[in-house]
Amino acid sequence: MGSLTPGTRLKSTVCTTEIMVITAPPDDIEIKCGGEPMSQGEDGNGGSVHQDHADGSVIGKRYTNEEGSLEVLCVKAGEGSLWAGGAAMKVKDATKLPKTD
Amino acid sequence: MMLLEMAVAGYGDRVAFVDAEAQQSITYQGLFDAASNAANDLRTSEASRFAILDVSNLAIPIGLFASSWAGMPYVPISYRLTDDEIDGLVERVKPAYLVTDEDHIEHFHTESIVRWHSRSEFLDLARNGSANGAEPWSMDGDDTAALLFTSGTTGAPKAAVLRQRHLVSYILGSVDFMSADTSETALICVPPYHVAGIAAVLSSVYSGRRAVQLANFTPEAWIELARAEEVTTAFVVPTMLRRIVEELEHEHHAQMPHLQSLSYGGGKMPLPVIERAMTLFPDTDFTNAYGLTETSSTITVLGPDDHRKAAASEDRAGRRRLASVGVPLPGIQIEIRDDEGHVLGPHEHGEIYVRGEQVSGEYEGIGRLTDDEGWFPTRDGGFLDDEGYLFLEGRADDVIVRGGENMSPGEIEDVMLTHDAVGDVAIVGVPDEEWGEAVVGVVVLKHEATVGSLQQWVRDRMRSSRVPERLEFWDELPYNETGKLLRREVRARLTESMEKNA
Repeated sequence: MGSLTPGTRLKSTVCTTEIMVITAPPDDIEIKCGGEPMSQGEDGNGGSVHQDHADGSVIGKRYTNEEGSLEVLCVKAGEGSLWAGGAAMKVKDATKLPKTD
Repeated sequence: MMLLEMAVAGYGDRVAFVDAEAQQSITYQGLFDAASNAANDLRTSEASRFAILDVSNLAIPIGLFASSWAGMPYVPISYRLTDDEIDGLVERVKPAYLVTDEDHIEHFHTESIVRWHSRSEFLDLARNGSANGAEPWSMDGDDTAALLFTSGTTGAPKAAVLRQRHLVSYILGSVDFMSADTSETALICVPPYHVAGIAAVLSSVYSGRRAVQLANFTPEAWIELARAEEVTTAFVVPTMLRRIVEELEHEHHAQMPHLQSLSYGGGKMPLPVIERAMTLFPDTDFTNAYGLTETSSTITVLGPDDHRKAAASEDRAGRRRLASVGVPLPGIQIEIRDDEGHVLGPHEHGEIYVRGEQVSGEYEGIGRLTDDEGWFPTRDGGFLDDEGYLFLEGRADDVIVRGGENMSPGEIEDVMLTHDAVGDVAIVGVPDEEWGEAVVGVVVLKHEATVGSLQQWVRDRMRSSRVPERLEFWDELPYNETGKLLRREVRARLTESMEKNA
């Protein structure tokens, strides 16, 4: 996988999940969905979601790793769960901001 | 397009936009399909820009997403300009694809435009197309999303460049996906060519609201629509709020129980107006949003709690918060710097610098005006208080330098506005042989007062250097349509009348 920058789009190779990187860590980190590494390319590999990686991803939710150095936005939902650097990513709480427009 | 694609996946069958005047509406899925059809037409046109000269209606969001889909910058043009001014702007975005209302269509038969449609033709091809799907859109965040001509209160309009990543950063930083429930209705009354008009469309789409479009603002129409459509959230510029408040002058209560939030920005809000508005709308959350075209709209926010706390405060310092534009959005940093670029501390007055992912600071043909570390000089003057609340003090270009002393017109205007005869006031500097610049001004009177009594009012409250040497009484001050005082015009007219009398 190439290095991540804000705006990088990644697709799951085993389900419909797509994400966009919002905050990228200084060092590369492997992001998986459904137990398989996510890809910047177009095609899935025909595999399936691993059983213990099947909690799903939710559109519009932001996910972070333990350290908070990586933050991604789920732009398409899928069956696979998002992992980074060998641990499950957590849903970040919504920011409560007043409506500005 | 990514934002709209998410909206379709999340709530495609919800109503996205309602044109109040034409009584037409479109769902999120309908908007996606219309953008697809329009994008196909854009792609076959050989245009490099999508220009739209129209009031708020369904063609605005369709055009915004279609141009994003086709990878073409979206260029909304003000319908308030003269024909010559419009020609000048179109010339700068050629070859252009143009959509305009039926009144303007006759005018545009210039070589700069390679394809044009009236609003109804455009809506027809977009909404009644085959929806076969257009080629995929580009995912490149560096693509130019919009070119916005800045209002040009100080000179010729510049074309601010907003790239996809700037707008997406603003939306992701300020709105939560699908945060609106199905009862939420936004009222969009800012013109489409204003950055707030673009922000309103994108925020509404990403939060899943139903947005009602008001093509031509009048206070009567706004009040009627807000009540009839049970509007829950709206954004207004200060002059709009002033006129709404005046319209409700004889009422004790605005009678808009559905209106949960009312945000404002785009110019300086006079304290009496916001105070009166808070009384008329006691259950409404008020938010002051400060931002610039070059920063993809809002960068600081004074929220509802701050409003209530300030309004309830007994002491002067507490109430003063109501005049603040608040604290930076997450992801935005603010610094105040002096003329040499040194960062200033709390309560020190200087120029506002801003940094963040949503900040573009780029103009077409000029380049990025941000420094090596990404800071953009806003040309707005201001200061931060001890808790990081930002206060504005007019444009840096408006600062009056009298005998080596810098003063902001705003501070003098604020003092004069507390005089009960002063309805409106503009203070400017004009060239002066002795002092470099002289402090002069124009007052709109509510009832009779003498120049001497107004000068004395300032002398009693400020340093003597702030006392206007000359004051004229006018019937009204010149504002542009989004409520920005045209100081340049005040200065020109004052200089002219002073020369005549010299």
